[in-house]
Amino acid sequence: MDVNVDLTTIWAFIIAFAVFAYVVMDGFDLGIGILFPTFDVGPERDRAMNSIAPVWDGNETWLVLGGGGLFAAFPLAYSVVLPATYPLIIAMLLGLVFRGVAFEYRWRDPGHRRYWDAAFTGGSLVAAMAQGMTLGALLQGIEVVDRSYAGSWFDWLTPYTLLTGLGTVAGYALLGATWLVWKLDGESQHHARKLGKRAAWATLVLLGGVSLYNVFLNAEYAERWLTAPEIYFAAPVPILTAVIAIMLLRALSVDRHSKPFWLSLALFFFGMAGLGVTMWPYVVPPGLTIWDAAAPERSQIFMLVGVAITMPLISGYTAWAYWVFRGKVADEGYH
Amino acid sequence: MFEQLDALLLARIQFAFTVSFHFIFPAFSIGLASYLAVLEGLWLKTGKPIYLDLFKYWLKIFAIAFAMGVVSGIVMSYQFGTNWSVFSDIAGPVIGPLMAYEVLTAFFLEAGFLGVMLFGMNKVGKKLHFAATLMVAIGTFISAFWILSVNSWMQTPVGYEIGANGQYLPGESWWDIVFNPSFPYRLVHTVIAAYLTTAFVVGGVGAWHLLKDKANLHARKMFSMAMWMAAIVAPIQIFAGDMHGLNTLEHQPQKVMAMEGHFESHPYGAPLILFGIPNSEEKRVDYAIQIPKASSLILKHDLNAPLAGLDTIPDVEEPPVGIVFWSFRIMVGIGFAMLGLGVWSLLARFRKKLYDWPMLHRAALVMAPSGFVAVIAGWITTEVGRQPYVIYNLLRTADAASPLDAPAVAASLLAFVVVYFAVFGAGVWYILHLMHKPPHAGEYGVKRGDTGPIRTAGITPGPSQNPGDPDTLPRTHEEATDGR
Repeated sequence: MDVNVDLTTIWAFIIAFAVFAYVVMDGFDLGIGILFPTFDVGPERDRAMNSIAPVWDGNETWLVLGGGGLFAAFPLAYSVVLPATYPLIIAMLLGLVFRGVAFEYRWRDPGHRRYWDAAFTGGSLVAAMAQGMTLGALLQGIEVVDRSYAGSWFDWLTPYTLLTGLGTVAGYALLGATWLVWKLDGESQHHARKLGKRAAWATLVLLGGVSLYNVFLNAEYAERWLTAPEIYFAAPVPILTAVIAIMLLRALSVDRHSKPFWLSLALFFFGMAGLGVTMWPYVVPPGLTIWDAAAPERSQIFMLVGVAITMPLISGYTAWAYWVFRGKVADEGYH
Repeated sequence: MFEQLDALLLARIQFAFTVSFHFIFPAFSIGLASYLAVLEGLWLKTGKPIYLDLFKYWLKIFAIAFAMGVVSGIVMSYQFGTNWSVFSDIAGPVIGPLMAYEVLTAFFLEAGFLGVMLFGMNKVGKKLHFAATLMVAIGTFISAFWILSVNSWMQTPVGYEIGANGQYLPGESWWDIVFNPSFPYRLVHTVIAAYLTTAFVVGGVGAWHLLKDKANLHARKMFSMAMWMAAIVAPIQIFAGDMHGLNTLEHQPQKVMAMEGHFESHPYGAPLILFGIPNSEEKRVDYAIQIPKASSLILKHDLNAPLAGLDTIPDVEEPPVGIVFWSFRIMVGIGFAMLGLGVWSLLARFRKKLYDWPMLHRAALVMAPSGFVAVIAGWITTEVGRQPYVIYNLLRTADAASPLDAPAVAASLLAFVVVYFAVFGAGVWYILHLMHKPPHAGEYGVKRGDTGPIRTAGITPGPSQNPGDPDTLPRTHEEATDGR
């Protein structure tokens, strides 16, 4: 099979974009779920929930694009990674089931609202942790023999994957808290700000920990980050991340609107860029490059046409949906 | 309980369980989204508030059904990889792009406009809101288009090449792949099934409220609309099903042999077996009640046309006959019962008794869930009928599974069963609760708060004068008095 080098690279960036879009957009939904128990029962919880009720479904769709896109563009990667992380994926899916239905159920059944609120939190937490651990399992390497996963049951469970899982939970909590700083006001905003600061520190510490661990994880990763000439390309990532981190901590003290949220997004962007530097050109380290796993040119072109046509439309109406529900959330803003 | 079962069987049970559960929700929400678009369109056109009331009544139900469809659907999009990794690797280049198109053209459209549809009526104006409702309805249809194209390609694969690494690769034309031979028939049959399923739910709810109060104008309106659907669409569906069956005979003959229970070949006209007990051991149908030559008449439009039986197929290629035979009869039986109710309603309508015949209303009530049974039975027929292949005549199901050990799959299956019954059971209960409330003038929409009257941001809430949301379940005493 002939592999088109350029198209494959384009597709790697499209999948990376879908994953990034998912992580930041559903990240703040899941983050609100993770922080939910710290909100007062009643209007504060209702408003936190209402701030994402109109958009969570669209946000979650990026996960389907990430998974479906991987299936379509890198079928071999899809068919290796999912069995390798089977318990994590199943846990994530079940977590998302609880999280998703809680949006509707909690309003329908005040008598059991506390249980659906708990399902919202539990589901969000499990999904976030599982996603972070899946990323860790991918980074630490997946054994592939003869186009198939060849590792054992619990390869995905290591101190490293626990660290990436916790990092993801903290990062999502940061996104959720900064989103709420933007969407809420008064006491609730003050509360969200406080949570945001804690989450920011936790995220930065865990991000640092994962980055250091990466360097020691294997020689190839270390080489990318620590030796010339690669270091000149790689070094801006941690430097910019540090700058963003300082700006974020300052903004969390003073800003009343969206600035902390955008800075958290930037933090995630540079985290993702760092991930790219670490993994490139592998889609499943240590053995499968994007070219090993790529779909044939005809599949790539067919889908690229679809992406080129639909992505501007999707961006447009998604932005419109956010615009319709702009501004601070009132006690009972939606009818 | 799982010790004797191997990983492959468990994976098959898991897929069958999760996909059957999942399909219940789209079967309802495809039709309901269109019904909502019709109601809102009629409201905009006529200005009659009854249509807006019905829109809001069904919108609340749609919100729950759609959420259940979304979360159970995400499970499906990942399960190809988790449990059927060999299939995913081999078929990914062909069917992966079709599924990517489903995400790009359908899922984003539905999800992007759903928020506005559910919560945006007072924010965007009537016409834009109607546009959002239309987009959601169109999105559900586009979703059905792509996923049925995928399924149909797996039933009647064409337009592919086999790569050096064993993968199926797309051939010259994507058109051939998307519009594979069984796709148009399957699409029409499935989408009509979703419309009928919804119509019978709507009709059943209307009938339930007519039985309690036949003067309820809202109940009358929904019952009448549903019965038009039954009368007009049920015969169309029977015709479409017949066409689909002929297409299956052409491309997947052993599936039709199993549906018909034809173990033997019939060179001079095959009988139509109405009922009987397929006996795969002895290769015959026990206690068969049959109409001579009728099967040849239906399938070949000729009483004496020869029809091959399962005796022409090697045993290892034979689908499980009993399941297919029975599920097919359940589907067809319900189809004709739907037609019967439609005809009965026409009779009542022409005598101006549509709202006055309690027996008709009771029948409609009993048949409210019949669409769900029919679509699941139909899917069982077509999916079990193509076994032992997952991609017909190319890839056996047994060769398609992930390299997982049985305990891992057993654990996930158990988790799915427990969670699905608990979570979706609760959702169905909430839907039934909403349906139990009579539709009335001044219907509420999807409410997102029950702490008091509408307030804008920044105004301090007064003491709670909780009017309550009439659509929620009653609070427990404990929560009602916890001082919020």
